Amino acid sequence: MARKKVREYTGKRLLREAMKRIAAVELPINVAQVTQATNYPDLLAENPWLNQVKLVVKPDMLFGQRGKNDLVGLNLSFDEAEAFIRARMNKEVVINGLSGPVTTFVVEPFVPHEEEYYLSIQSGRLGCDVSFSTAGGVEIEENWDKVKSVELATGQAPTSAALAPLVASLPLELRPKMEAFIRNCYEVFDDLDCSMLEMNPFTLDPKSGQPFPLDIRMELDDTAAFRNGPKWGEVEFPLPFGRTLTAAESYVAGLDEATGASLKFTVLNPRGRVWLMVAGGGASVIYADTVGDLGWAQELGNYGEYSGAPNTQETYQYARTVIQTATANPDGRGRALLIGGGIANFTDVAATFKGIIRALREQADAIKAAKLRLFVRRGGPNYQTGLAAMQAVGAELDIPVEVFGPEASMTGICARAIDYIKVSAS
Amino acid sequence: MAPQIGQLFSKQTQSIFFNFKQKPVQRMLDFDFLCGRATPSVACIVQPGSSGFQKLFFGSEEIAIPVYPSTTEAAKKHPTADVFVNYASFRSAFESTQEALEQATIKVVAVIAEGVPEKDTKKLIAFARANNKVLIGPATVGGVQAGAFKIGDTAGTLDNIIACKLYRPGSVGFVSKSGGMSNEMYNVLSRATDGLYEGIAIGGDSFPGSTLSDHCTRYQNIPQIKMIVVLGELGGADEYSLVDAMKAGKVTKPVVAWVSGTCAKLFKSEVQFGHAGARGGGADAESAQAKNAALRDAGAVVPESFEGFEAAVKETYTRLVDEGVISPAPDVVVPEIPMDLEAATKAGKVRAPTHVVSTICDDRGEEPTYYGVTMSELITGDYGIGDVLALLWFKRKLPKYATKFIEMCLMLCADHGPCVSGAHNSIVTSRAGKDLVSCLVSGLLTIGPRFGGAIDDAARCFKEACDKGLAPPDFVEGLKRQGKRVPGIGHRIKSKDNRDKRVELLQNYAEKFFPATRYLQYAVSVEEYTLGKAANLVLNVDGCIGALFLDLLSSSGAFSAKEVDEVISIGYLNGLFVLARSIGLIGHALDQKRLQEPLYRHPWEDVLYTS
Repeated sequence: MARKKVREYTGKRLLREAMKRIAAVELPINVAQVTQATNYPDLLAENPWLNQVKLVVKPDMLFGQRGKNDLVGLNLSFDEAEAFIRARMNKEVVINGLSGPVTTFVVEPFVPHEEEYYLSIQSGRLGCDVSFSTAGGVEIEENWDKVKSVELATGQAPTSAALAPLVASLPLELRPKMEAFIRNCYEVFDDLDCSMLEMNPFTLDPKSGQPFPLDIRMELDDTAAFRNGPKWGEVEFPLPFGRTLTAAESYVAGLDEATGASLKFTVLNPRGRVWLMVAGGGASVIYADTVGDLGWAQELGNYGEYSGAPNTQETYQYARTVIQTATANPDGRGRALLIGGGIANFTDVAATFKGIIRALREQADAIKAAKLRLFVRRGGPNYQTGLAAMQAVGAELDIPVEVFGPEASMTGICARAIDYIKVSAS
Repeated sequence: MAPQIGQLFSKQTQSIFFNFKQKPVQRMLDFDFLCGRATPSVACIVQPGSSGFQKLFFGSEEIAIPVYPSTTEAAKKHPTADVFVNYASFRSAFESTQEALEQATIKVVAVIAEGVPEKDTKKLIAFARANNKVLIGPATVGGVQAGAFKIGDTAGTLDNIIACKLYRPGSVGFVSKSGGMSNEMYNVLSRATDGLYEGIAIGGDSFPGSTLSDHCTRYQNIPQIKMIVVLGELGGADEYSLVDAMKAGKVTKPVVAWVSGTCAKLFKSEVQFGHAGARGGGADAESAQAKNAALRDAGAVVPESFEGFEAAVKETYTRLVDEGVISPAPDVVVPEIPMDLEAATKAGKVRAPTHVVSTICDDRGEEPTYYGVTMSELITGDYGIGDVLALLWFKRKLPKYATKFIEMCLMLCADHGPCVSGAHNSIVTSRAGKDLVSCLVSGLLTIGPRFGGAIDDAARCFKEACDKGLAPPDFVEGLKRQGKRVPGIGHRIKSKDNRDKRVELLQNYAEKFFPATRYLQYAVSVEEYTLGKAANLVLNVDGCIGALFLDLLSSSGAFSAKEVDEVISIGYLNGLFVLARSIGLIGHALDQKRLQEPLYRHPWEDVLYTS
């Protein structure tokens, strides 16, 4: 299970489609997406409503507080909306200390409203928390005491009795409509393998009287993708705002998607001098921790992890990418690559090392040029063969390698690596 | 999980293993043997669509473990097996786990698969809670109770199990998210304490089937466990349940804990670490720092870093020994498990003679080869079926004129009408409704001394006579004196004035392309002599091929004299006829099937009944 945020555009599209399919309710949602690639006449042809109503334009980049930075346009005609977006497309903004260009906008009808409701559904271990408030909108935090919540246990039906506390404070005539909407949203949430859905705020469309979400945040469980193809359609899982992938990172992300194994690579400091190539989801975090604990966080080049028994070819491609990145900025000072890991349960250490060794051979010149020294620690099936091969390839390529097995502590090589870069810096 | 649950496993625990994987099952059985268990811990295997047995080793003895197509059936047959080890894929993990949880006899289910959808896991958690069952995983390697029972691949190799002393119980209860790190910690515990009593990896998902605190409260109920070691991770709030349990006095045994992921503060934006449940950028309370502080505050021993974890464990253990709470578990001698042949061979520890030798091809590399020639070369180069035959039969490349000659032989001998004995047999068999292979072999089985089998004989006789310089009349009369017909001479229909066209074609080709045709000349002079005796004693196609093959072998320069003798004596040349005629026999069999011809019955009128 891994929770992935989707754009507001996707969230609204999915809500409309699923509610029609499941509850036969047609929500008055119209929504269009604009990116750099958008052709405006085509967009209009596909969404004729864009020319029939006044519009709202918002950036759709998974960040909040959009009113600031002059990024929201209200009550615009289609031409005005186009001009608004063109003036802001690719503009660099800083949100919560993270900067990046705004590249995706969402466009929808402008709905003048007074009431602002709040609805959220959160998946928890034993059920789902459903929260509702009549005082939604930007001041939700301040009005948190007005938020009513119920927990629907896994398998529990969203009956009137169960949802009653949420709508108790509403005027009597509104309760059935609101209760039905909450129930339908819960059914949609369950049906789409959502892990989080929040509408803050939603209002009632003055024309149809139907609930109309002004803003949506949605998270999907990407491990359920295998059974949701037709329901989800084309779903994009964008990176968090401010996070762009380097070529090397996207390459590894591509490898990760294509295999049953797990391959992760995040560059922290491209000029860093301590680089990690660690086997295992648990161990990899601990290696990164340890470099930080030793006071060398600023020199940590990356976080990375390979696990779930990647084959030799996959390990080779992964290792090549890590080594290329680690050796990209030689500056005369020493660097360290930690080929670390715990004691494997079932991964054949010799087999995964075969892939790493192939990459080492191929990148030997770059490794020497960057004064990259290798520190190896690993245990598990066939570790003796794997470690001996690492020792041998170091001698063969004339690259210094320190090799440790299960008898040594797992993170001992962190201190050794740091000792090396300390000495070679002077 | 019910609060009063303590021990999940014992030395008698048996399990049902779903979706057979040879290695983890064998590792479970090897662990059993090390622990001195009387019975194997895997009672049976469930493999949808299969039944029967799987052969595995229990020590040095080979045992058969029953296989059932469904969990319901397996549980009925093995009511004492109360653990279900589920190796189903993430796609089918939900259904198989649900079925297992529904069995009254199954108490504990471990789900190995990674990537099970959250909604599915939640349903399983709800069902397990309502029915008082323990769910371990998903996305886990499982767990182990030292000296008693082990799930799947937990604790890795035998060497590691021995190094960690997992074959006998120690005093420590351990729980972590990470499977890899639990194995690392079993090593740490074997160095710092008298070893593990029980260890569980709950799995890396956001919502594990059972939690860190579930297992810690369970360890509280197991008297043999004297101290608890916990390795947590950033993300989620599970560690706080443990904090609450400690504060409420539900966990009173000494706890040594570390929550990894202090590095998350290094990342500016949200990062998904290796485990699905480990996500940076979440609430502050989910950070490693906050959880470590809360655990320390609740009375757990929490080191300053992972590096200090082993020392903290050791310190607590030593204190408990000093206080007399722990009397260190004595060591025991473990039985030696014979090495697997494969592993021993790989390690160079044994050698065993092979039972089969093969010299003509190799299918182990990137692409298969025929006597060293790759498929790519065969397909992209100018190769034909004659070249393939040369490689696989004669183990060499032959010149083009020679492989072309082989192809001509195959073409000319492919069929000879429906009335010859081979074709007739194939037709009759096909009409009896038998399958293609039966039709083919029933035809092939007629090939022998009277039908089609004369090429070898002819070659043998011509070679012997020609090499000796025997004059054709002496050769023919010599055979006659032994009561033998001259092989390769004579035809039922063809005669002096009505030569066999096939013979003529081969003869013309050989005279044009072969370096020498000494044996053909000899055969022709034999024919000249026999034609003097009767008009139908012509050189037939068998004789012609036999003679020409001798010429090919001895004049191509590709074979030594000894090799030529070998080719003739082994019977290569009949192979040519068998191969060629198979084409025709298959044709006849298919023809009859296409025509839907009924069963053939020979007419009475055509049989002379006599006594």
